[in-house]
Amino acid sequence: MDFALSEDQQAIREAILGLCAQFPEDYWLQKDRDAVFPEEFYRAVAQAGWLGIATPEEFGGSGLGITEAAVMMQAIAESGAGMSGASSIHMAVFSLQPVNLFGTPHQQQAILPPVADGTDRVCFAVTEPNTGLNTTELKTRAERHNGGYLINGEKIWISTAQTANKMLLLARTTPLEEVARKTDGLSLFYTDLDRSKIEVRLIHKMGRHAVDSNMLFIQDLWIPEDHRIGVEGQGFKQIIHGLNPERILIGAEAIGIGRAALQRAARYARERIVFNRPIGQNQGIQHPLAKCWAQLEAANLMVMKAATLFDKGEDCGIEANAGKYLAAESAFEACHTAMLTLGGMGYAQEYHVERLLREVMIPRTAPVSPHMILNYLAEKVFDLPKSY
Amino acid sequence: MKALVPVKRVIDYNVKPRVKSDGSGVDLANVKMSMNPFDEISVEEAIRLKEAGKIEEIIAVSVGPAKAQETLRTALAMGADRAILIETDETVEPLAVAKLLQKVAEEEQPGLIILGKQAIDDDANQTGQMLAALMDRPQGTFANTVELDSDSVTVKREIDGGLETVKLQLPAIITTDLRLNEPRYASLPNIMKAKKKPLDTKTPADYGVNIAPRLTTTNVSEPPVRQAGEKVEDVDALVTKLKALGIA
Repeated sequence: MDFALSEDQQAIREAILGLCAQFPEDYWLQKDRDAVFPEEFYRAVAQAGWLGIATPEEFGGSGLGITEAAVMMQAIAESGAGMSGASSIHMAVFSLQPVNLFGTPHQQQAILPPVADGTDRVCFAVTEPNTGLNTTELKTRAERHNGGYLINGEKIWISTAQTANKMLLLARTTPLEEVARKTDGLSLFYTDLDRSKIEVRLIHKMGRHAVDSNMLFIQDLWIPEDHRIGVEGQGFKQIIHGLNPERILIGAEAIGIGRAALQRAARYARERIVFNRPIGQNQGIQHPLAKCWAQLEAANLMVMKAATLFDKGEDCGIEANAGKYLAAESAFEACHTAMLTLGGMGYAQEYHVERLLREVMIPRTAPVSPHMILNYLAEKVFDLPKSY
Repeated sequence: MKALVPVKRVIDYNVKPRVKSDGSGVDLANVKMSMNPFDEISVEEAIRLKEAGKIEEIIAVSVGPAKAQETLRTALAMGADRAILIETDETVEPLAVAKLLQKVAEEEQPGLIILGKQAIDDDANQTGQMLAALMDRPQGTFANTVELDSDSVTVKREIDGGLETVKLQLPAIITTDLRLNEPRYASLPNIMKAKKKPLDTKTPADYGVNIAPRLTTTNVSEPPVRQAGEKVEDVDALVTKLKALGIA
């Protein structure tokens, strides 16, 4: 049992923190205020080769594991970039796992290198307004048409669709009534985000204004057959492979946000003098911060355990879900405590903790709610009957 | 032409150093360590000279504990070609480092040795000058600009109130100042490549250098706490005060 980062992981952490130091917290505050994509950050990360951290070496990446990707994403969030920084590159770093695993060599060669070097921007078009987490009931249809597929449907919470030129799309190729198992009949496509057939509508939301979230209205989008990834009807199973890494990365990002909030709170507590002494001398300030730190770092161990298991090729569903749950909840508590530590100033944008508090709500609810994680844990750990 | 770039592992510049309670030195337990920032500038300068086609090979060298390997890996990830660690857990003073570097330079025959002007832990600002003296080579210290030709190097030096330009015959020794360049961050592919670059480990004994300290540190203490200032009513009062203090 070794709880320390390896030398390489430490080097990755320090290098990415060094890069992030060029983008101080005021940069992120401004991007959030203006609701503008952090283009300069994205380009700097792409140029230094970080987008391809988990892409195989033969396709222009570094071929590292999800542990290293988690270390990187965590450091980005921790630098003060929060979800604005992490989400801006999240898709490029992680979403093409199904292409890695199920794409043809030709597809891999065509798809992966331009994403790893930042030329192509991908969004991940899976969730729908009328299905929620009940993914097998996706309504978007892909019907056979002219040697390809004709797509019609709606998608929601599609991040970066304002700037993406590509999308990874999950759609139903066989109607639900005609499949043997509910998980059959969905297929995965990697194709152009053709704005003449897809209306991308921005969702106005609570935080992370720099990275857009959208609704997609897809009407009569024709996709050639060779844009399908893997076997027709097996899309759900292909997506499943990406769920645990996604939980691990989101968990790691949440920890990063929590650390960023606690650092700012502790600094304020040291410097803010009231009643002739720093407020951080009061246990009423100290203990909540200390408790948050302990919970946050314990959660990080669970996230990193899940990452380690995943990279060893072992089952990590329970750890990945528990890690995401613990990370998001403790990060939320850390941000909340940080805001209270700063008192009124915590509510002012220039102290940055209110931005982190708004952003930490994302890992709390996405990609799966805490309630569904607890359902999952009850079923898998205790073998209790399904409640829904 | 080869360039030799010595790098030192020091307490990270962002860390607030704490003095040990017995006053014997700075507490380095569980403290973040990094490459001396002036050495980063040296590595960067060597890389730029290599990119300009004026240098063929960059050799990074460090004297220090096994952990100094990490510092050398950082130099390799930035763009150095190979590294030498002269491993010792002892305190090594500038003169001992200079003697070791002299031996390395005699083996490697670099046209240029680029050192940081000082390390941010002891701020000694001695190693480069001592090395130049030991080797009887020209030195351009506190470099602000470096222009390398085939047999000479022109160095603009930062001096009080301006810049001084010196032209040195190669082989020569340069120490870097803060404004020479802005060091790059290693890219991920280069971090990965750095793992495969050669790193030799030696000991001071391999070079026959006696590194026994010549100085004894008797006491290290925190700087005095800054005293509160004095508030004055208006500009007149301020001027009167300054005059009374003999400042204005």
